[in-house]
Amino acid sequence: MQEAAQYSLVEDGAGGPRLELSGTLTLRAIGALERDLQALSGPIAAVDLTAVSEIDTVGAWVVCRLAREHQADITGASAAAERLLGAVRGIDATCDMRPARLPVWERVPVALGEKVYASRAGLYGVVGFLGQILIGAASLLRNPGRFPIRGLVHQMELVGVTALPIIGLMSFLIGIVIAQQGSVQLEQFGAEALTVNLVGRITLRELGVLMTAIMVAGRSGSAFAAQLGTMKLTEEIDAMRTIGISPIEVLVIPRILAATFMMVLLGFYASVVAIVGGAVVGELELGIPFWTFLSRIQEVVPEHDLWVGLIKAPVFGLIVALAGCYNGLQVRGNSEEVGRRTTMAVVSAIFTVIVLDAFFAVFFTEIGWG
Amino acid sequence: MTGLSHASDERPPIVIEGLANRFGDFTVHENLDLTVRRGEILGVVGGSGSGKSVLMRSIIGLQRPSAGRIDVLGHTITELDLEQGVGVRRRWGVLFQGGALFSTLTVGENVEVPLKKYYPEISTELRAEIARYKVILSGLPESAVAKFPSELSGGMRKRAGLARALALDPELLFLDEPTAGLDPIGAANFDRLTRELKETLGLTVFLITHDLDTLYEICDRVAVIADKRIVAVGTIPELIATGHPWIEEYFNGPRGRAARESHARAAG
Repeated sequence: MQEAAQYSLVEDGAGGPRLELSGTLTLRAIGALERDLQALSGPIAAVDLTAVSEIDTVGAWVVCRLAREHQADITGASAAAERLLGAVRGIDATCDMRPARLPVWERVPVALGEKVYASRAGLYGVVGFLGQILIGAASLLRNPGRFPIRGLVHQMELVGVTALPIIGLMSFLIGIVIAQQGSVQLEQFGAEALTVNLVGRITLRELGVLMTAIMVAGRSGSAFAAQLGTMKLTEEIDAMRTIGISPIEVLVIPRILAATFMMVLLGFYASVVAIVGGAVVGELELGIPFWTFLSRIQEVVPEHDLWVGLIKAPVFGLIVALAGCYNGLQVRGNSEEVGRRTTMAVVSAIFTVIVLDAFFAVFFTEIGWG
Repeated sequence: MTGLSHASDERPPIVIEGLANRFGDFTVHENLDLTVRRGEILGVVGGSGSGKSVLMRSIIGLQRPSAGRIDVLGHTITELDLEQGVGVRRRWGVLFQGGALFSTLTVGENVEVPLKKYYPEISTELRAEIARYKVILSGLPESAVAKFPSELSGGMRKRAGLARALALDPELLFLDEPTAGLDPIGAANFDRLTRELKETLGLTVFLITHDLDTLYEICDRVAVIADKRIVAVGTIPELIATGHPWIEEYFNGPRGRAARESHARAAG
């Protein structure tokens, strides 16, 4: 074990008391001693290091500080100690560890104002992004040979095919829950046969597509933002621009087309699986045979319910992909920003999808597709 | 630590015997031996992919070797349990290639992290003071203390990384390509800083580099990794005298000659 750091005050009459330090004056041993030294009051004429067996920069710093505060001399330092004292002596820094923060009554309005400006910049950014996509799409139309067909197929696989198991499971369970909970309520009116209408209409019109859009936003919208954001950080996107490849054409358009197209298929698939889930409940709980349930669906669900779902699906897919790609390309600076932008992509996509869904509901009812 | 401390401890700080590192079928090191002497700056050179960084990662315990024995500061790294690991870990500092600063903390707070972790008994004020003077010792201006790593240039980030590596007054300092990506002036300043710190603080420095100027200016000895092992260790003239083809090409290539001539001019 090493000898602890100690101090003693020696009164020898020569201009004031002398502080004698002894033992190991290192980071490892100095914690308690430093508090005691800070608490020392009264004049100290000299700090004596003769009995110090070991010293590092922290010890030297504490000694220097003590000598400065008491205008004391440092005596008895060995050559090595002298070197360390010399290294830290001139340093007198008092700055804060963190950048200064404004007081709260200034900080809140400032933050609010910055948010307003940022949202204006965000609006410009979104409009500019849409414009870039249109330009990219137009130039692809003029040069169809440049169309990134491989990227499109790859993205369709990622967005669509690999999502089948999770979306199937989710929809199946949703179908079960709607049928089971709906039948409990409808039973009170003796109308449990209407469970078929309930399941068929709500999944085809609303839930199939809406839940799929939320799932795609979580799976693929976030992936778009994180991928593009990371490529932005590693300067891949800048490299593409320098070579003359448009990132919009190569990265953004395939993702948007893939999400838009696959949302239609996934939404339809989700509705069908949910109806199957409802039919399973019908068979097991309500005494409606499985095939009867499915053929009843054809009778009670108007065809326009299917169209309502299928018209909404590509719009939702487009929104999810736009939010993901836009936020990904907005990443600047560090890795924290990738996480922030990914969150933002998912949240804004889901929010916009739900708001639009409400508009669609009103719109389709008004045009008589109720 | 200092010349005063560990005067009794004359064992070399790093001893590597028979080290082997394999990744699947790919062998990086085979039968590698190396001894680092106390108080020297040892430069480690080797071609790209020759396993310089893997060697450093093995020494600091980030990479478990396939075979061999590594002793650091009297502890066998390969056999350490967690508690002993903490004891030896706080006696070295590591500067990673990109600085590896924690991006959500300011430079000052980055330096405070190891202090907080290993010495919680130190008062908050003293900890802040230590962080400040370490930042300044590393050659950064005082204003850098409260800045975030994203606000710093590459060279400043390396200095901030160095400040964090020095936070615990280590005996051993590992530097992974400290001058890579710096302009020649910045690189020369960093070399001078390394040398000064080594002399003032009595450090032993394990330095991975590609920079021939660094090798000539500040390294006491140079170890060469080639053919999966250390083929030679010594001063640069000693290395050239071995006649190994890779060493020959390395030091007698156009860049090697230019560095030697400029070093000779500066010395003469």
